[in-house]
Amino acid sequence: MHLVLFIIFGALCVAGALNLLLQRHPINSALSLIVVMSSLAVLYLLLGAEFLAVAQVIVYSGAIMVLFTFVIMLLNAGREERTHGSKLAYAAGIPGAAILVALLTFIFLSHRGDFAQARLADQYVTGLAPLSEVIFTKLLLPFEVTSVLILIAILGAVALARKEH
Amino acid sequence: MVPIAYYLVLSAILFSIGVAAFLIKRNIITVFMSIELMLNAVNLTFVAFTRHWSQVTGHLQVNGQIFVFFVMVVAAAEAAVGLAIIIAVFRARNTLSVDQIDLMKR
Repeated sequence: MHLVLFIIFGALCVAGALNLLLQRHPINSALSLIVVMSSLAVLYLLLGAEFLAVAQVIVYSGAIMVLFTFVIMLLNAGREERTHGSKLAYAAGIPGAAILVALLTFIFLSHRGDFAQARLADQYVTGLAPLSEVIFTKLLLPFEVTSVLILIAILGAVALARKEH
Repeated sequence: MVPIAYYLVLSAILFSIGVAAFLIKRNIITVFMSIELMLNAVNLTFVAFTRHWSQVTGHLQVNGQIFVFFVMVVAAAEAAVGLAIIIAVFRARNTLSVDQIDLMKR
């Protein structure tokens, strides 16, 4: 059951990511990125991270991707064209990424026995309570600092995107 | 049962696709989206290792998931500021192609 769900949503993730790479229109890339993020939320659920799965859907596939699609439509972004730089990037990027993934896959799979086996619905499912216990006691200061960070980000976004008169 | 190594391999694949898209894509918005893809791949690694660490130590570990939480917060702030910068660049140069935004290379 776990393996089947992992294969289905892992394949959906990879397919979405490849579609992001291959599509030439940014709105198609944005929509396939939403597919990747939603299937990642399911994978988080399989790993027992319930709160993060919900946060992933709300923050990433909700807020951030709406922002992306909004900007794509606002700027009326069209298809990208192939240029000299993109040919260079094809020559360097595809083999580089292939080497990276081959190396990492080899390392992880050769140490497969050292890793634990994830099971569905055991005692390691993390809801909101165990997370908030740590965030609001041990990590209270970093948590409060992030609120300042978001405030600064809002002010910065407004200041940068404002029309100058 | 699924070995944690499979999740790490999936995350490596997603990260590499993100790197390739970052290098290949010519549209500044898509380049920014591939950065988000790489962030997501790293988040999956964190969650997988949290799971691994929980099962190795025998009791619930949440530090990796809290790290993912903070990464999400920073990613949200970064997306807002980054897209505002993209809008400002588009207003100034009237293009979204990274080949034509090369003032700092000259």
